[in-house]
Order: sequence, then C-alpha cells, then structure tokens
Amino acid sequence: MIHRLTGVLDWPSQALELRSERQRLIASNIANADTPGYVARDFDFASALRQASGQTQGGWQLPRPAGLQGGFERDGPRLQYALTAQNSLDGNTVDMDRERASFVDNALKYESTLRFINGSVRSMLDAMKSHNQA
Amino acid sequence: MSMFRIFEVSGSAVAAQSQRLNVVASNLANADTVAGPDGTAYKARQPLFETVLMDKRQAGGRPLDAAVGVKVSTVTESQAPGRRVFDPKHPGADAEGYVTYSNVNPVEEMVNMISASRSYQNSIEVMNTARNLLQKTLQMGQQ
Repeated sequence: MIHRLTGVLDWPSQALELRSERQRLIASNIANADTPGYVARDFDFASALRQASGQTQGGWQLPRPAGLQGGFERDGPRLQYALTAQNSLDGNTVDMDRERASFVDNALKYESTLRFINGSVRSMLDAMKSHNQA
Repeated sequence: MSMFRIFEVSGSAVAAQSQRLNVVASNLANADTVAGPDGTAYKARQPLFETVLMDKRQAGGRPLDAAVGVKVSTVTESQAPGRRVFDPKHPGADAEGYVTYSNVNPVEEMVNMISASRSYQNSIEVMNTARNLLQKTLQMGQQ
C-alpha cells in the first residue's frame, strides 16, 4: 500500500538525481574554463532519464523511441564531449556562454522538479486528512 | 547527495583563480624592477592549471564520479628577455650603460587579471546557485 503512495515520486526523484548530476557536471566545466586541454562534457538529459526510469519497477514508464537501444549504464549517464564553435589555442573547449546558459536552465528545471515533488507530497497529505480537518 | 560536490569543484576553482590573481599581483608589482648585481631581473610568472579528479575510485576502468576540479600544477617563469634601456646615469646600469628591467608585460597581466576575476565570479555564482537549490531541497515536502 505504501508503495502505491510513494511510487508516484519515483520518477521525479530520478529526474532530480539526474538534474543534480548535470548541475555538478556543468560546475566542473565552469571550474575548468581556464584549464589547457580540458574538454567540456555534458549528457543528453532526456535519454538519460529514459534509461534510468526504464530500470525501475514502480515508476512511470516513458515511451521509448523505436530506434533507441537499451544498454543502461549502471554507473551514471553516458557522458558526451562538447564541440566548440570557436577553437581556442590551448585546446580547451569550454564555451562559457553555453555553460552558463545550461547552468541556469538546469537550475530552473531542478527547482521545477522539486515543485512537482512538493505538489505530489501535498496532494498525498491532503488525501490523508480527515474530512472535518481544515 | 551529489550536489554537495559542487562546493568542492567550485571551491577548487576559486582557490586556483585566486592563486592566479596572486601571481598577477606579484608580476604587476615587479613590472618596473631592474636587474640586480647578478644581471637577471624579475621574470614574469604564470600558473599552469590542471584538471583534478574529485573522486579516485574507479568502476570498470572509468572514474566513478564525473566531477572534476582544477588545481595549479606548476608556476612557470617566462624566459623572454627583459626590457633593456640605455641609461648610463642609472645606478643599476651595466658596463655598457644599459639597464635591464623585468620582462613583465603590464597589458598581458591586466588581461590576465580580468580573466581571473571573471572566472572567480563565475565559480562564486555557481556556488550560490547550488546553495539555493540545496536549501530548497532541504525544504522538500514542507508546506
């Protein structure tokens, strides 16, 4: 029974986990903006979430595109390397504009995922209240 | 909670950038230093950054943790020849009447300073955002 109650939180919590992972990855890119030879990394959030939620039993199953193979990696999402619009002389591929945009975008989406979770928790708490309670 | 790692990552960046600012300050302070009796003047220094893995553990040949920080690996001295000025009356002049100044290029150093301070600000902003997000995560489920 309790699994039915918390099952609805599985998918947003996985999304939150991946968002914090991505936040950390972008923080690493920003930290290494001046390191010679550093190659910026990122991952495709949608496919990472699809792979992560495909593994769980209770969570929502997202529709999987026909062309995509399974192959979920246990130790985190598959990291990809960024290409630059303008090459720099020291081989660093961190594009600060892009990284900052991704950082803000990811922070905002992290916060909205948190709000979804809070909303689910609130509706569960409302359902638990007796009818004569305010 | 992987979010806490952001503070280590950005903290290492802030430390590295402040060391870079330190080196710039020392270069600018010595921009007009003349050569001593040994004939060599101050040489401009430059820190070299290096990526450092935050977690040494590995799983299947690749690091378990995607977070990477930054550190200053070495501080190198520029080998460019110093500026030589003909000034026989100068107390630091050599036998030919030339004074050797340090090889610091103030324009280069100012550019370096602005770049370091911008990167520093970026890392601080990253930490602030992470702190806000963590604070909101701590309030999860509360009214």
